Amino acid sequence: MQVSLKRAIYEENDRLAAAINAGLRRRGIYTVNILGSPGAGKTSLVSRLAERLSRPLSVIEGDVASDIDTRTLRALGVDAWQIETGGDCHLNAPMIEAMLGKMKVEDAAWLFIENIGNLICPAEFVIGEDLKIVVSSAAEGHDKPWKYPIIFARSAACILTKLDIAEAIGFDEAAFRKGLETVAPGLPVFPLNGKTGEGADHIASWLIAARKAAAGT
Amino acid sequence: MHEAGAAQAIVGMLVEEAGARGAGRVDAVHVVAGETGSYMEESLAFYLGFFAKGTRAEGVRLDLRVVKPKLTCSSCGLVFERRRFSFSCPECGGDAVITDLGDEFYIESIELSGSA
Ligand SMILES: Nc1nc2c(ncn2[C@@H]2O[C@H](COP(=O)(O)OP(=O)(O)OP(=O)(O)O)[C@@H](O)[C@H]2O)c(=O)[nH]1
Ligand SMILES: [Mg+2]
Ligand SMILES: [Zn+2]
Repeated sequence: MQVSLKRAIYEENDRLAAAINAGLRRRGIYTVNILGSPGAGKTSLVSRLAERLSRPLSVIEGDVASDIDTRTLRALGVDAWQIETGGDCHLNAPMIEAMLGKMKVEDAAWLFIENIGNLICPAEFVIGEDLKIVVSSAAEGHDKPWKYPIIFARSAACILTKLDIAEAIGFDEAAFRKGLETVAPGLPVFPLNGKTGEGADHIASWLIAARKAAAGT
Repeated sequence: MHEAGAAQAIVGMLVEEAGARGAGRVDAVHVVAGETGSYMEESLAFYLGFFAKGTRAEGVRLDLRVVKPKLTCSSCGLVFERRRFSFSCPECGGDAVITDLGDEFYIESIELSGSA
């Protein structure tokens, strides 16, 4: 007997993610899911934003192993919490729900979730966020949008780091942007020096505007 | 890398659907996956076999249909499926934009037999 179903394989995750997002929104919390390769500059981005955003801010750090990033952020005075997936290549909604039960995010805060460094799997999962942003570094090469279209297509902005070493790497920014236009037309690109913070002001302003726009809907 | 979790979710649904219909066995599952999700058929089949052991879905056959992103040519307007290693228009060579990511991932249908 053939039975047609059309059931989304991640329906359970998606339902839970929607419930998590609704709960956070009710408390005025705005949630950003930060994606990108290992070493792209995700933790640097969070650090530079933490220095600039005035509302309370909490961070969930996802890593396969180790709590190095969490300790880095805590040393900066950021309320950071670690999820160690022990092998899983992405965060999912049940992991976030469990973590939210442990930590204490203030009402009306920012919640940043640094996902596992990986360009494929994390893009497939909603975890309760209002939006995804992808961090891509010049060091990874300019062909990434073509090779990993989904992560760019599902993100609301692209943060482009390590342009200070673009020349040494042979990174072609025009080619990178052309790739983005192919896979994610109109995606805003924000250059960021993750070490000095140059460019972070623009990202902070953009996030504040995105948050306002979401509150208005 | 993410095939294991996907297979586990699929087996859960297969067991549930078979149970709800009083079927003894799930013979086949037809899955549709976007190419952009990078699901490998061999890997997905392997994990399905693993998680289905001892359930009504044991030995289930996987039929995976991969859908490709669709692009629209910015010069001539042609809509075409992405071919390997290329994003440009097969007609005029112009630049194209992905207009349909084809990023779905779902069970289209299942084949059941026997009674529980
Ligand atoms: N030169 C240069 N280095 C940078 C820049 N941004 C980040 N880095 C460095 O790149 C390294 C990795 O940065 P992180 O912010 O830890 O990257 P990440 O994406 O959080 O890395 P994982 O969590 O391990 O995946 C660090 O040594 C940073 O100081 C940049 O714009 N220019
Ligand atoms: Mg990090
Ligand atoms: Zn054309």
